[in-house]
Amino acid sequence: MNTEEFRQSLLDAGLLVDGGVDGLYLRSFRFESIVRGLEAYISSAWFDPRQTQLFLPPIMPLSTLVTAGYATSFPNLIGTISSFMGSERELVTLLEALSTGEDWSAHLTQVEVALCSASCHPIYPLLRSLPVPDEGLLYEVQCPCFRHEPSHDPARMQSFRQHEYIYVGPEEGARTRRELWIAGARELLEDLGLDIDVVEANDPFFGRAGQLLAAGQREKVLKYELMTRISSDSPGAVCSGNYHEDHFGKDFGLSLSDGSIAHSACFGFGLDRITLSLLFTHGFDVDAWPSATRQRLFATTVSPGTS
Amino acid sequence: MSDVENTVKEILEAHGRLPVSALTLKSDDDLYQKGLTSHASVNVMLALEDSFDVVFPDALLRRGTFQSVSAICEALTTLGVGVDPV
Repeated sequence: MNTEEFRQSLLDAGLLVDGGVDGLYLRSFRFESIVRGLEAYISSAWFDPRQTQLFLPPIMPLSTLVTAGYATSFPNLIGTISSFMGSERELVTLLEALSTGEDWSAHLTQVEVALCSASCHPIYPLLRSLPVPDEGLLYEVQCPCFRHEPSHDPARMQSFRQHEYIYVGPEEGARTRRELWIAGARELLEDLGLDIDVVEANDPFFGRAGQLLAAGQREKVLKYELMTRISSDSPGAVCSGNYHEDHFGKDFGLSLSDGSIAHSACFGFGLDRITLSLLFTHGFDVDAWPSATRQRLFATTVSPGTS
Repeated sequence: MSDVENTVKEILEAHGRLPVSALTLKSDDDLYQKGLTSHASVNVMLALEDSFDVVFPDALLRRGTFQSVSAICEALTTLGVGVDPV
């Protein structure tokens, strides 16, 4: 099955609804039940009382987009937000443009928030004012992220969820933590019946200058991706494990107790992509999925104190 | 020191964002050890292209190309910079 056939079959089955723009989908509750099952499965397997757990909104400060370097490296993927902040008189010209079908965006002003570029980005500014402890800081977050990549491939949604683990601390801790995450995630996903390959990768930095950044990232093996079939027989990335060196530490002024710059690493699960991969691999009838997969995703637990 | 090497050091001084003065660097000093970041190396690359009127081909868009002043000069030589026309 090719990507287009898979996309159409998802729409025909009512699992996804076409949102009217390439890469925009409304999710059925049936689709979401798999996403929620994945979220519970991952979160429970990787529970650590030292982790601060946060659900992030789909927006973050505009300044974070700039400080994190995302606007510089991926200007083609960002989503900024504009709103009308003019006077009554200026409103007239906006309404005129709207009614005549002209470009009305010129009458809007960029606001102080932007769409979230990656789940770890909103966390770093929170750590600015305190020294990072020597044992490091751990976060588990989930965030709806935006990348302007309109595509017919359902694996490339403009709005998608990342369930992400973040470490900020000494270099050795960041490197070690990433290795543990990669190995652990491979096992978690293979236990769901997915064939996983771990490959060295690079981010899609924009332009010619981006090629130099991408080459540097690969040469230093700063990024690994976990690959499997998502929407066709050609594998795509469902997770990525990233070691940032001191990039975010420098940009956000994060330091350890000895004054040195903190390093960081993150590991993200693409919940929508993994859900698509499960549907592609096991079929659309969830009741017919391998029992081990269903057990891991949908087993209910009884809370202590209830009968 | 050649004119090319001089110019390379001046470009590193202006765009390399090094914590030390690029003018004091030895030709074989490891620029990354001296504080050159990936993002700064991009600015250096663009400034070199502008100054010497060259375009770095894909094969030269690697960390090694900007490892040292001498590595940069070597790359520029392959692009015809500082080479007398026959």
